[in-house]
Amino acid sequence: MTESAIKRVLQRWQLAAPRQYVVYAAAILIFGLFAVVLRDDGFVTASNLLNIGRQAAPIAVMAVGMAFALGAAEIDLSIGSVAALSSLVVADAVGSFGFAAGVAITLAIGMGIGAVNGVIAVKVRIPSFLVTLGTLGIVSGVARNLNNLQSLPIRNDTYLNVFGAGSLGPISSLLIWTVIVGVVGHLALHQLRWGRHVLAVGADRSAAGALGIKTDRVRITALIASAAAASLAGMLLAGRLAIGRHDLGENLLLTVIAAVVIGGTNLFGGRASVAGAIAGSIVMAMLNNGLILMGLRVADQLIARGVIIILAVALSMREQKET
Amino acid sequence: MNAEAPVAALEVEGLCKSFRAVRALDHVDLTLRYGEVTALLGDNGAGKSTFVKCVAGVYAPDAGMMRVDGVATSITTPDSARALGIETVHQTLAVIDTLNVAENLFLNREHTRGGPIGALLGVLDKKRMRSETEHILGRLGIRIPSLRHPMGALSGGQRQAVAIGRATAWGRQIVLLDEPAAALGVEQAARVLELILNLREGGAAVLLITHNMDRVSEVCDRAVVLRQGRKTAEVAVGDVTKDDLVAYITGAKTQQILP
Repeated sequence: MTESAIKRVLQRWQLAAPRQYVVYAAAILIFGLFAVVLRDDGFVTASNLLNIGRQAAPIAVMAVGMAFALGAAEIDLSIGSVAALSSLVVADAVGSFGFAAGVAITLAIGMGIGAVNGVIAVKVRIPSFLVTLGTLGIVSGVARNLNNLQSLPIRNDTYLNVFGAGSLGPISSLLIWTVIVGVVGHLALHQLRWGRHVLAVGADRSAAGALGIKTDRVRITALIASAAAASLAGMLLAGRLAIGRHDLGENLLLTVIAAVVIGGTNLFGGRASVAGAIAGSIVMAMLNNGLILMGLRVADQLIARGVIIILAVALSMREQKET
Repeated sequence: MNAEAPVAALEVEGLCKSFRAVRALDHVDLTLRYGEVTALLGDNGAGKSTFVKCVAGVYAPDAGMMRVDGVATSITTPDSARALGIETVHQTLAVIDTLNVAENLFLNREHTRGGPIGALLGVLDKKRMRSETEHILGRLGIRIPSLRHPMGALSGGQRQAVAIGRATAWGRQIVLLDEPAAALGVEQAARVLELILNLREGGAAVLLITHNMDRVSEVCDRAVVLRQGRKTAEVAVGDVTKDDLVAYITGAKTQQILP
């Protein structure tokens, strides 16, 4: 390697290193820490690691969708409620219309909510933060009314195999879904015109508009993507527990936002990372799992998680500002 | 001006644009000819950028008409302006800091691969865009450390160079430059002027907004002066002094506009 080539590589690494790799360093660090601290509580056992993976899957799926919403300088606060509603809808629809139609209907309803979010945010010019806060309430209410706070059992074997406890060979179907969503998201972000336009609109909407990018369409589709991912996550949660319930995934919003931001996506648009979002989801799932193994009560877990999230996001945002 | 009177590149007649009660443009006429650089002068708030944005399709004018190559057209979106061969460097440059140089250069005119399906999905042909970017920057004499750098990591001059490169790289014939050399160092500003002269030599019609009277006398053939949204003067740069131009801009002097 010539001297200038070495310099180039170093420059590139310096440029990319901080924000892109902080999440992977964090994942390794936290894993190492828990492996030592919780060595007698079974953190590093096959069954516990599998458990972490199962917890991370729905977070990761939602996080990939959220990366697009945040990348476009929007935010979708309704994802938890969309996941919960989707779990109920799919439980009902798969029972009534069969596997394929049930899944399709559920996904369509999820994407419909995303479209409503997007169209109101763009056309009525209300910040997506407020629009999705509104739909969060509406969708949660609808989910609660749907089956009177009762859970709906799912008895469709195909569904439970594809979305829940099933596996392809030794690989759990939850993991497969996570990989599929991750690959599709990564390709959409980096290899498709749409992905570049999402970031352009998120970085500078008026500049993107001046170049003829249809910013309205880009913002609406980004919110549809996030709702679609939330809907899929709801179906995964339903598959894992074999029920639909009004509160499945409802409390994941903050966890998902933290996972995405730790993963290197800018909270204010223009920069997004799908791989980082997935790594961030694993970090959050490990934290969740570790806190439980430490024997913290639910109340203390909430407090600890809140503190950790604020710290983690603050750290990764400082990195982002510096570059 | 020209005995053969070749068809004008761009003719704008009676362009009006208001923002609520403010008349930003009041029946402005302007003609750009091929092989000519026209200066658009005026004080802050005179309507220069508004004019450029109307012609670039960013703003929809309230009234007026435009002809490109003698054909009446309406420019309603940035895309339609680009389709007519009108390229713009906006005052804000309209570059995206988080995307790299090649991505900026090809933003919203990306090459796709994978045939019709790839085009429909918008599958980017990154290799082709990178190599064409290298070619374009090389031709314009713009040096960038790495095409993979995000735009935000470049200096002000490099960003400006890329923005100008984006507007001039496509063999387009009508180029609108809104303060392209503002906030540039001496050497970089000279480089931009050289680019403008190259464009003129290549036969392009150039509109240049600037506050720098030296630049007007160096590269411009004609100057149009706006004041409070109205055209107050149109002169051949060779016929007037810098002081005359300043007097037109400040309103100390006005000119009877000939039809």
